[in-house]
Amino acid sequence: MKDKLITRIIQIAGFSSILIVLLIFLFLLREGLPALSEVSFSDLFATRWYPIEDLFGILPLFSGSLLVTFFSILIAIPFGVGTAIYIAEVAPRRVKEILKPMIELLAGIPSVVLGFIGIVFLSPALREWLNLPTGLTAFTGALLLALISIPTIVSVGEDALNAVPQSYREASYALGITRWQTIWRVTLPAARSGMITAVMLGISRTLGETMAVMMVTGNAPTMFKGIVSLFKPTRTMTATIASEMGEVASGSTHYHVLFFIGIVLFLFSLIINIVSNHFSEKNRKDKEQVVS
Amino acid sequence: MNTANKPGAITTRKVKDSFGYTLIHIISFFTILPIIGIVLYIIYNGAPTLTWDFLTSMPANGMKAGGILPAIVGTLYLTIGTAIFSVPLGVAAGIYLAEYAPHNNWTRIIRIAIISLAGIPSVVYGLFGLGMFVLFLKLGNSILSASLTLAIMTLPTIISTTEEAMRVVPERFRVVCGSLGATKWQGIRRIILPEAMPGILTGVILGLERAAGETAPILFTGATFFLPHLPTSPLDATMALPYHIFVISTQVPGMPLQIQFGSVLVLLIFVLIMNIWATTIRNRARRRRQW
Amino acid sequence: MNEAKIAIRNYCLRYSDGVQALKNVDLDIHPNAINVLFGPAGGGKSSLLRSINRLIDMADAEETSGEILFNGKNILDKETDVSWLRRKIGMVFSRPIPLPKSIFENVAFGLEVAGEKDKDAIRATVERALRQAYLWEEVYDRLDDPGNSLSGGQQQRLCLARILAFEPQVIMLDEPTSALDPVITARIESLLQEIKKDITIIIAPHNMSQSARIADYASFFLQGELVEFGEGSKLFVNPQDQRTQDYVEGRFG
Repeated sequence: MKDKLITRIIQIAGFSSILIVLLIFLFLLREGLPALSEVSFSDLFATRWYPIEDLFGILPLFSGSLLVTFFSILIAIPFGVGTAIYIAEVAPRRVKEILKPMIELLAGIPSVVLGFIGIVFLSPALREWLNLPTGLTAFTGALLLALISIPTIVSVGEDALNAVPQSYREASYALGITRWQTIWRVTLPAARSGMITAVMLGISRTLGETMAVMMVTGNAPTMFKGIVSLFKPTRTMTATIASEMGEVASGSTHYHVLFFIGIVLFLFSLIINIVSNHFSEKNRKDKEQVVS
Repeated sequence: MNTANKPGAITTRKVKDSFGYTLIHIISFFTILPIIGIVLYIIYNGAPTLTWDFLTSMPANGMKAGGILPAIVGTLYLTIGTAIFSVPLGVAAGIYLAEYAPHNNWTRIIRIAIISLAGIPSVVYGLFGLGMFVLFLKLGNSILSASLTLAIMTLPTIISTTEEAMRVVPERFRVVCGSLGATKWQGIRRIILPEAMPGILTGVILGLERAAGETAPILFTGATFFLPHLPTSPLDATMALPYHIFVISTQVPGMPLQIQFGSVLVLLIFVLIMNIWATTIRNRARRRRQW
Repeated sequence: MNEAKIAIRNYCLRYSDGVQALKNVDLDIHPNAINVLFGPAGGGKSSLLRSINRLIDMADAEETSGEILFNGKNILDKETDVSWLRRKIGMVFSRPIPLPKSIFENVAFGLEVAGEKDKDAIRATVERALRQAYLWEEVYDRLDDPGNSLSGGQQQRLCLARILAFEPQVIMLDEPTSALDPVITARIESLLQEIKKDITIIIAPHNMSQSARIADYASFFLQGELVEFGEGSKLFVNPQDQRTQDYVEGRFG
């Protein structure tokens, strides 16, 4: 009797996550969809974001998010993948035991702390080194965000490499192929889907990151105008929501548009995560085929 | 393979090999460097500010003097509040997935839902919290709303680690429990769950660590710029360390740097303690494990 | 006298992956005797043991038909209280599997999940069970040590004590000595001879010689079928079926 009750409670808890995702989507739609009736489609997908004058073009925010995320991931991939390879394939046990907690520590550093470092150290330094008018730029944000996505890439990537059967490497050594070539030609390709998952999850983290990017990118909603944009202030979707939501009246057009941006972010993250999960499932199935 | 036998090819390969190795070492070094750098930089600059007085007194003079007690207390309240909501639900859901969920489409949907939850940006959780808890359920800008929001954000971490921790407990224990007349739940309650507990705790602490450091989800659900007294009810808004750091580093002109560094150091220590705690539990359990 | 009657009637078992593990098995288990199930691996012995205490419920979904009567009641019925059944019919596995708990808690586990709360009663029962399994002398001064700190043979006797604690009517053993050396195997066999006075034993030994040594009654299983059944003394000496004869004489398996 007691058993049945507990089983039922656990079952309900198990299903709760479905309910929560639906609730989140529902509330975002409820607060965000009115934006579509209050702002015309062409005004919404315009290139000026200037809410004080009722200009709600979200393209510059889009552009800002893409710019920062793209360059951030470009920086994070070599470091993340390289460190994952080092931990999984090269590092001696001792070093591994020091490295892994450090990467975990980086994952645990709150983004507001990284943002603070960006303000007091990174952006003044970049302004001086690169001789910029301001150190609060898309590039500053991209650098900081790389620090945020690296732990994700390292830990997921390391798992993917560890999942490659040892027999692959042994077969490769037996053919007289060196360790480095084995990593590059055998192990890494075998862990390909897992690596793609790692990078995609990194992208998801970067795209959704808010505080650090808001604190260091200068908060100017501008369109991408070539590579110079990287060294100018910009504004991401997340930063826009975070910095403006506190000041808008609930139910206003501005409020609805901010929620609309939330819907866009929600859908982005949903797509990235489901696709990356597809790759990690693929990775798992490939491995199972090898075993059986 | 023929070329491999020529001495020249071997040398080239050796060079390539050591080049690749060196590269990997350099890359890893530059990944670690900023981590150590950031931590040392904050400790170095923040330590002088870190006095008992700073931790235990109220802010004064427009936060430009005095301590950060309300922010520390607020973060503690929010972390505890988050735990109250997320731990029971998350652990139960993890147990469901590990022990009860059948192989069917519903389970697949649950998994997709959890994966989706894990990927939602923290600021979107903030929007949801604002829409649902603050406005729709009329809980207002409060510790309760913020805790609920953070709890939902933490849920996927707790669910996944619980499931994982339950799954590594060998199947044979379940069979033995059954063969000794234990019901499924008795076996879980008495054997499987205790064995999985260190893993679950590690996940819970890491999840709460993230919640404690988050700013975006509490921006519009419960955090407040300044509070002249400590919060007295779950329906009060509260100061919180991460938000406080954001405020004093970007919103208050002329803020003394040492107060900023001091506040950042306190948050960092908070996070470090949880991190070390989790690692210790995990390592100790690994040593003691009987299987 | 505590007589346990197990009768298997036309029992069939198929696993969800399509494997037909048992085909039309008809078998009477003799009370207060050692009933040996033998035959080559994959013959269905384990599946039959796991059917009798419904442990197959925990395996992948399967299809069963026929009846397994325990004291006249079909235990395949949905309404059967499997916890009760498994306390009546205890099981020892091929590898000793102590629970990740102390020696004491291992033996007390079955009593506690059955709802026994009286600490003194539990303590007394644990001692009785450990004595019955000839383990008490070796462990009485370290009952709080983890169960897996014992040697393999001790662990297997611990698993036996764990079952003896709740006074089962039947004990089933699935290759109980496959991981143990001959000396300890002999000890466990004599232990079984001892307890069969009170408890019906069903055992699937891991080799022929053990089967022949201890069987009061024996049944030969081949590819899910019960080929031959009879008194141990006759069946091993003079098998009626050609297949049994081949197996007993070591021509296959």
